[in-house]
Amino acid sequence: MTAMVKAEGVHKSFGHVEVLKGIDLEVKTGEVFCLIGPSGSGKSTFLRCINHLEKINAGRLYVDGELVGYRQKGDKLYELKDSEVAQKRRDIGMVFQRFNLFPHMTAVENVMEAPIQVKGTSKAQARERALELLERVGLADKAGNYPSQLSGGQQQRVAIARALAMDPKLMLFDEPTSALDPELVGDVLDVMRDLAESGMTMVVVTHEMGFAREVGDSLVFMDGGVVVESGNPRDVLTNPQHERTQSFLSKVL
Amino acid sequence: MTVDVNKTDGPADSTPPAGPEAIKAVPVRHPGRYVSAAIALALLGSIVYAFAQGKINWGAIPQYFFDDRIIDGVLKTLLLTVLSMVIGIVGGIILAVMRLSKNPVTSSIAWFYIWFFRGTPVLVQLFVWFNLGLVFEYINLGPIYKDYWSSFMTPLLTALLGLGLNEAAYMAEICRAGLLSVDEGQTEASHALGMSHTKTLRRIVIPQAMRVIVPPTGNEVINMLKTTSLVSAVQFADLFKQAQDIGQNAGSTVEMYFLAAAWYLILTSILSVGQYYIERYYARGSTRQLPPTPWQKVKAHVFSLSSRKGVTA
Repeated sequence: MTAMVKAEGVHKSFGHVEVLKGIDLEVKTGEVFCLIGPSGSGKSTFLRCINHLEKINAGRLYVDGELVGYRQKGDKLYELKDSEVAQKRRDIGMVFQRFNLFPHMTAVENVMEAPIQVKGTSKAQARERALELLERVGLADKAGNYPSQLSGGQQQRVAIARALAMDPKLMLFDEPTSALDPELVGDVLDVMRDLAESGMTMVVVTHEMGFAREVGDSLVFMDGGVVVESGNPRDVLTNPQHERTQSFLSKVL
Repeated sequence: MTVDVNKTDGPADSTPPAGPEAIKAVPVRHPGRYVSAAIALALLGSIVYAFAQGKINWGAIPQYFFDDRIIDGVLKTLLLTVLSMVIGIVGGIILAVMRLSKNPVTSSIAWFYIWFFRGTPVLVQLFVWFNLGLVFEYINLGPIYKDYWSSFMTPLLTALLGLGLNEAAYMAEICRAGLLSVDEGQTEASHALGMSHTKTLRRIVIPQAMRVIVPPTGNEVINMLKTTSLVSAVQFADLFKQAQDIGQNAGSTVEMYFLAAAWYLILTSILSVGQYYIERYYARGSTRQLPPTPWQKVKAHVFSLSSRKGVTA
């Protein structure tokens, strides 16, 4: 299997605060890759670096073999133009903790927006596909509702459908269930589980250890901007080697 | 979390069918309210009486109300309001985007523009535009246009430039506030989908900013309609100027001021209604249910009075 995401010594600072202190990891194509760790450990920041919502300060980050945000010619790096960055983001779907649905559009319009605006898909075609995707996340009957008329879990599922509408090769999930009522978490995880079974490459920042254990193929525990421990989720979660991992897991499990 | 939003409001239908016995108590009396109402009515009455007794030829107002010159003035006032606002809004959006841009040169220029035009009275600006012939004797746009400044700067153009450019400074601040009010997550989500800056602005940010921008803009339109009366000073024949001229010729100056005031009041009232509907349009999605139109409110009221049962919002 090839690497969908490859990080080599990735550093990221906000002002004087160094959030990522050299991350090395590899996400294989088709796998579900879980990032866990305490808040402030840099896992969300790393996720946002993958689609260049944050610029990295040092190291190299590759998606599908291509450098993120830069082009290398000889030993010189050239920043990509905004349009080139946008072009690359088409292939990477992202799901946010706070959903970030467009509130002035109905559910189906949210899903249709990017294919129409970015890919130039016809309206009728985009609608047909959007309805299919809403059906897939179990919200066919909510197509005409505005986000404010949907529950958190429903909004997050629309957000997943919206990301899928661009037919991404990689999906990023930034704590997708952290803002949800406990009761609604299950619906969203079910959709993600389906997606994993369909073979989608997924990088998931999560606090849902059950999901990581069941669905995850690899797991990384981050703390203080570094990777502390990594491996098979079942091994790491049941038999953590590192002391920091042990103390974290003892608190959340 | 409720998903069902098919909720009807209004107290009329919320009374439980067979609950505990309702409290019947003697309400608190408010004698002060009667006194203050009586005083207010007395004052109002005396003002109306004073006006009725004054030496005002009330008959002149209906006589000239639909006079050709007045109607012409009304149309010119409306034209000036619309065109100035168009200049103001377009200019305001450009200035707001300039101010928010990362380029220090454009953002400083926008800052300077806003500083200058907000800091000087619009009447002074109008006179400056009108008399700029002292600085520029000719206007020369190469092969397209060349003329003396004084014949180029017609009253209409002076009025448009003066009001429009001044308005742009105010609209810039309103637009900037609107753009900043949209959650950053919206931009991020749009970028993450691969949408460009321009598309994000046009499709995602501006439609949401409109909810913040429209109410103060409606205010600005109403303000502009009234401010256009200043252009009589630079010889533009708007409603106020026409009313003044008629008043001087017919010897009924004050009457014509009343007439002008009545017309302005009618026009601003119409604009207020329009503003309500525009606000309602941009509120879609932000409230679970759109507020009722005034007409729907009236209908609901009448219905609830007659039946006292179901209230439909």
